[in-house]
Amino acid sequence: MTKDISCRQAVALVSDYLEGALSWRDRRRLERHLANCDACSAYLDQMREIILLCGAVTFEDLAAPAVERLVEVFENYQRDATRDD
Amino acid sequence: MDDQALVERILAGDREAFRDIVQRHHAALERVVRYYVKSDATAQDVVQDTWIAVLRGLSKFEGRSSFKTWLLRIGANLARKTGSRERRIVPVDPIDPVSSARFNEGGMWTQPPAHFTDLLEEKLANAKALEACRAALADLAEPQRTVVTLRDVEGLSTREVSRLLDLSDANTRVLLHRGRAKIRETVESHLKGGTPW
Repeated sequence: MTKDISCRQAVALVSDYLEGALSWRDRRRLERHLANCDACSAYLDQMREIILLCGAVTFEDLAAPAVERLVEVFENYQRDATRDD
Repeated sequence: MDDQALVERILAGDREAFRDIVQRHHAALERVVRYYVKSDATAQDVVQDTWIAVLRGLSKFEGRSSFKTWLLRIGANLARKTGSRERRIVPVDPIDPVSSARFNEGGMWTQPPAHFTDLLEEKLANAKALEACRAALADLAEPQRTVVTLRDVEGLSTREVSRLLDLSDANTRVLLHRGRAKIRETVESHLKGGTPW
């Protein structure tokens, strides 16, 4: 089977492909490669899955003392703003 | 409640709305600040100064960009001034995200990626994959961690990420690719029962 680009090159192009940042020519070369290569197609699918997974990641809430410090900032700001009025 | 509604409440003096918006965006703001500032104490000061600047500017915030984008730009500007003044030069990580041993000399796969898309459809595997993803993300070296967090977790555009971090778009995409590839490897090895390729 003749391929214009190797699997290794295809893998390197995957993120730019998903970001829509490939030139028309590279995009066509990659798509032609993917059409004939199950392993690279699987790799592309997995990168899509990773993006979905990352989108589902949530971070811990900010710890209460840190929030309270900021709320204090807010209250001071409110007080100063009211005084200025 | 969306950010715009919270902004209006904050302008009306609602403390709980302020608490909510701080909680909603603290992780993204901290990532951006930490990208420029090393010490905990300084980072905490920059975060605080950012919220003060936000409160001062809030009545003039016109919603042309999202609140999150606006907040992060303020944070990045303050952190840039406080942190190293040198423009960050990101070394392009020479390590191939997919180990070279997985390709033959002609660049074809010798060990193709294991399928995990089917596995992800099962809820249990999904929770396991999500946990692996979270752990892999936390293990990424900087600046990959910040780039992937802002782009894929926080959903900012690549251009916005580049702008916040003083990177070229091409550089951001390289870091994104390397970061995602590393996360993919970790998730794959977890789903296969802990055996890395």
